[in-house]
Amino acid sequence: MQIYADNAATTKMSEAAIEAMTDCMRNWYGNPSSLYTIGQRAKEKLEEAREEIAALINAEPREIIFTSGGSEADNQALLTAAINGKKKGKTHIISSAFEHHAILHTLNKLEQNGFEVTLLPVHENGIVRLDELEAAIREDTCLVTIMTANNEIGTIQPIAQIGEICRKHGVVFHTDAVQAVGHLPIDVKAQNIDMLSASAHKFHGPKGVGFLYFRKGIILQNLIEGGAQERGKRAGTENLPGITAMTVALRKAVQSMDKNNAHMTEIRDYLINGLSEIPHSALNGDKNHRLAGNINFSFEGIEGESILILLDQKGISASSGSACTSGALDPSHVLLSIGRIHDVAHGSLRLSIGEDITKKEADYIIDSVKEVVAHLRSFSPVWRDLTEGKKEFILK
Amino acid sequence: MALYSDKVMEHFLKPRNLGVIENADGVGEVGNAKCGDIMKMYLKIDNDIITDVKFETFGCASAIASSSMATELIKGQRIEDALQLTNKAVAEALDGLPAHKMHCSVLAEEAIQAALEDYKKKKA
Repeated sequence: MQIYADNAATTKMSEAAIEAMTDCMRNWYGNPSSLYTIGQRAKEKLEEAREEIAALINAEPREIIFTSGGSEADNQALLTAAINGKKKGKTHIISSAFEHHAILHTLNKLEQNGFEVTLLPVHENGIVRLDELEAAIREDTCLVTIMTANNEIGTIQPIAQIGEICRKHGVVFHTDAVQAVGHLPIDVKAQNIDMLSASAHKFHGPKGVGFLYFRKGIILQNLIEGGAQERGKRAGTENLPGITAMTVALRKAVQSMDKNNAHMTEIRDYLINGLSEIPHSALNGDKNHRLAGNINFSFEGIEGESILILLDQKGISASSGSACTSGALDPSHVLLSIGRIHDVAHGSLRLSIGEDITKKEADYIIDSVKEVVAHLRSFSPVWRDLTEGKKEFILK
Repeated sequence: MALYSDKVMEHFLKPRNLGVIENADGVGEVGNAKCGDIMKMYLKIDNDIITDVKFETFGCASAIASSSMATELIKGQRIEDALQLTNKAVAEALDGLPAHKMHCSVLAEEAIQAALEDYKKKKA
């Protein structure tokens, strides 16, 4: 059995998106900046895409620029808020401890350039607290950037309320919605969002394309200088095949969102219940306020990379927050941020299921994980110490 | 390119000399759970010859494969020869390890050294 359960890393492109992309490559090859008919037809297609993307998140077309993906959108959003803030003497930024590295590393860079960053704790359930956010806002706060849903543990943040607080205090609110767009309802007006980043390959679109929403009135700062594409805010000939395919993929994702989420939530909870039967294991992140496709567990006494490779042998593609999977020394900053200590964070497994997952596949996953965990524990000196009482269990 | 060589995969999927030796003549444990790797080696020694060796490992595939390969390399060896075993020899026997996994072979070398050290201490 082959089960792709790493949809938070990337998704398989939908047939409709592949079709749209190849059609565009074959038939709409003109440069949107060219003034002859072929170029202008490409330009029309580009603007149609912008209109549709905007409509799908309740924004205006002029509030959308296309980027190379989520990381670029994140970088541009943060740079924009930072430069605009600095002009008004505001150099304080609020974010959370478990943001994606596209945010955290950009914040590090801003810190080196004189900005002050407050990272809100996300607590055991992996959700920021509104009172702590409001208390952190200062006179010189120029930006709050909190992700809509976490990429590792899937926890969903109270975005609309965060936006409301920011609006009240006159602070720009950006959200990295890379894991959320196409999976959760997004309405930038109702949710008080000033800037939002999205990436196509997380909702069955192509890699290398995404978009940044920026509310009217925000003056974008450029990351890439050059031609006048994207109204001078993002130079470079537009990736029209990617943009067209992204639009088709997002349309489909939004249309089938309710149906997909109902099905995935059922399978997710079935998987959570099944995996909870493994002794000395724990679900990472809030059980209910999480993406319908996300399951993240820690298993005591074993290491995550070994779990992944054994699951791969069984045809299951998954992910882990273990240091060994990234070449880093520390395990995932996300797991550490919710209070999992190193020993337990190393033994983590993330399954991010897709909408076509079946109950039968879920049973196979549960059986496989149980088998793999038992196997690795059978020769783990840590597990021996735990079971012989030489060390205390951390997970129940 | 695959993440690991066939040899690493073979030793990870079917580790040799897995388990414990009750009343071992030498036991060595290295690494820590914080870093994500712990290796424990058990030795049975007769007339300065390692007659049996078992291991337990908490860690990634390359840590498990390195332990397995290291036990194979020292089984039946004289103590003085086993002491010469380098992490490089373990990695080479596995047809190489990715650069960021070389520390796994270092742990294997250290685990053997620690077990032999323990043997010497017990004997003294």
